[in-house]
Amino acid sequence: MYQIIQKTELNSNTTRMVVSAPRIAAKARPGQFIILRVDDEGERIPLTIAGTDPERGTVTIIFQKVGSTTEKLGSLQEGESIRDFAGPLGEPTKLDGLKRVCIIGGGVGCAIALPLAKALHDAGAEVTGIIGFRTKDLLILEEEFSECCQELIVMTDDGSYGEKGNVTAPLKQMLEEGKTFDSVIAIGPLVMMKFVALTCKPFGVPCTVSMNPIMIDGTGMCGGCRLTLHRGEETLTKFACVDGPDFNAYEVDFDEAMSRNRMYMEFERKAREDTCRLLRGNQEVER
Amino acid sequence: MKPDPKRREMPVQPPKERIRNFNEVALGFTAELAVEEANRCLNCKTRPCVEGCPVNVDIPAFIQKLKDGDPEGAYRIISVNNSLPAVCGRVCPQESQCESRCTLGIRFEPVGIGRLERYVADTHNAAAAKAEARPEANGHRVAVVGSGPSGLTCAGDLAKKGYQVSIFEALHTPGGVLVYGIPEFRLPKSIVAKEISGLTELGVTIETNVIIGRTLTVDELFEQGFEAVFIGSGAGLPGFMGIPGESLKGVYSANEYLTRTNLMKAFREDADTPVMKGGKVAVVGGGNVAMDAARTALRLGADSVTVVYRRSMEELPARKEEVEHAQEEGVEFHLLCAPVEILGYWNEEDRQDPKNGFVTGMRCIEMELGEPDERGRRRPVPVEGSGFTLEADTVIMALGTSPNPLIKNTTRGLEVNRHGGIVVNEDGLTSREGVYAGGDAVTGAATVISAMGAGKKAARAIDEFLKNKN
Repeated sequence: MYQIIQKTELNSNTTRMVVSAPRIAAKARPGQFIILRVDDEGERIPLTIAGTDPERGTVTIIFQKVGSTTEKLGSLQEGESIRDFAGPLGEPTKLDGLKRVCIIGGGVGCAIALPLAKALHDAGAEVTGIIGFRTKDLLILEEEFSECCQELIVMTDDGSYGEKGNVTAPLKQMLEEGKTFDSVIAIGPLVMMKFVALTCKPFGVPCTVSMNPIMIDGTGMCGGCRLTLHRGEETLTKFACVDGPDFNAYEVDFDEAMSRNRMYMEFERKAREDTCRLLRGNQEVER
Repeated sequence: MKPDPKRREMPVQPPKERIRNFNEVALGFTAELAVEEANRCLNCKTRPCVEGCPVNVDIPAFIQKLKDGDPEGAYRIISVNNSLPAVCGRVCPQESQCESRCTLGIRFEPVGIGRLERYVADTHNAAAAKAEARPEANGHRVAVVGSGPSGLTCAGDLAKKGYQVSIFEALHTPGGVLVYGIPEFRLPKSIVAKEISGLTELGVTIETNVIIGRTLTVDELFEQGFEAVFIGSGAGLPGFMGIPGESLKGVYSANEYLTRTNLMKAFREDADTPVMKGGKVAVVGGGNVAMDAARTALRLGADSVTVVYRRSMEELPARKEEVEHAQEEGVEFHLLCAPVEILGYWNEEDRQDPKNGFVTGMRCIEMELGEPDERGRRRPVPVEGSGFTLEADTVIMALGTSPNPLIKNTTRGLEVNRHGGIVVNEDGLTSREGVYAGGDAVTGAATVISAMGAGKKAARAIDEFLKNKN
């Protein structure tokens, strides 16, 4: 059992939890993830690590309540425990030698982008941050980002905060103005990462994305997280859990990944409704 | 006395009933049937069955105890060599091991050794469990990586010698392939749990959620004071064919399909983990895992299940009993047939159509058998112009698995072969001092009992190594 040391609501549907997991805290590096199971009957879900404190032996996760499991996870309180918490999984993000980097986070993806920005900043790199949200109410981690970014641009889809538009607009502008990066690292919804890749491509900037497919074991055993890479003439099948989660954005077949992530959409919608009814009584389920 | 030519059949759930549930198919001997079957044993001098058993259980001796009406005595004899008898009685391929050597089997049906072993273990487990006396601790610590058949056996044998053994398991439940791979209807999970609790009573500790190679490395295990390490991490990495369409929704590796159903209990109505149920299911491959997947699909409510295999029934590698069970249950076999492409639905007019990207069928070609390959199996050759489409909503790839590279990649100086299997000598010793390995992590996908044999051998070698070292 893995105890929840601290729980903070970052906004109406995003929660930060600091969880006691000393072995993982000692090992984890930016870009890696954990797999958790809320209770004995629960499913296994992957969540990327948002931070660690090796001295306290804690791992921070940030998640949005989007499905049955994240609803149940969100209903746990400080002092309660998560049944299973395994990791760190996946390969850490390769940050060595990067001097000028643009970090792009979309929505709850910012939780994962932050430790990368921090690590780069601590290593003396110049970090430009672009973070995007649907609307002002969903904004998270602005202060934390501003502490480690030379320049930080906040975007909202509806213009209720920062600039109106999506994250590719300022990226494109910077690239057109001749700004150069050793790497652009994007973490967020698949569609956002797809368009970041398309934006970068004409400028030839190396672009890395962090993939978050459906997964069971996280150790290379099920193959459910497989994705297709197009490398020159070759078509490669890779497992996000062991070969990733980071991939060269120019090689990823995003359309296929988006399709695969919708495999259990109907099941997930129903499961979430059932869970919400259970947790909140018969109030209308928030969509 | 004239030998009894016919072996006693085990009662089974009728096919029509069992395809609607996940309960065990074979129901086990009654006390009466067990004694009748035991009495068939000739108690011959040559005892070839013992040689046929990868862990050399003293088969004639335990059968004698059954004849004497002492099943607990029989259990004590089996458990000297076999720490998981209830499992082996169910999943061992006895027909190609102990029973294939049986003297009675030269002229008649061999003694049903597996059935008797199962009876003995079940009878023992059903009786009020008396905790085995813990052996005196010898103060030495050994780490075991993975809680599948090889790891459990190695741990059990070492614990009996007084070692303090810690098993590290990557998943949330111990048992390895016994839990995630082999379905409930062949090996009930309560039986695995029972065998594992026998080990913990011996003093073995099991830590779940620890991925060796990530959470801790083999080198760190030594730093923490373990004096030897046994790697029994299995062969978990599933293979795909590399044909177009394998990433469509509805295509599973057998590992994923079985893990969702067995480990994550997706067969239950209230399960949190989904799996595609019903419709037309195609299973590609002909091994025991393919049979498990096909029979699981039926129980999940499939309208039809077809096993697609590129050679003929004669070469089909699954156990005969499993194939027969599958056939009785209504699994169809499309032999001499190979998929070349998986087909999916795509509505050009409506990109949001929820059916987009799901499997609709499989393009296949007929095969014929040509010259034998290096292993003596006749090589399948495509028949030109024989292409046809097999309709399917779900496709399960049961093409075999290979060892996971995680431990190799994170352990200094650990040698592996070109298939990713860890290289060991005849004692199970790897290229690193104090590091032993066995089971599928060494051989690639094989049987439960051969993995147990390897765990046993390594336990003996580890004992020797630590005795000489100190």
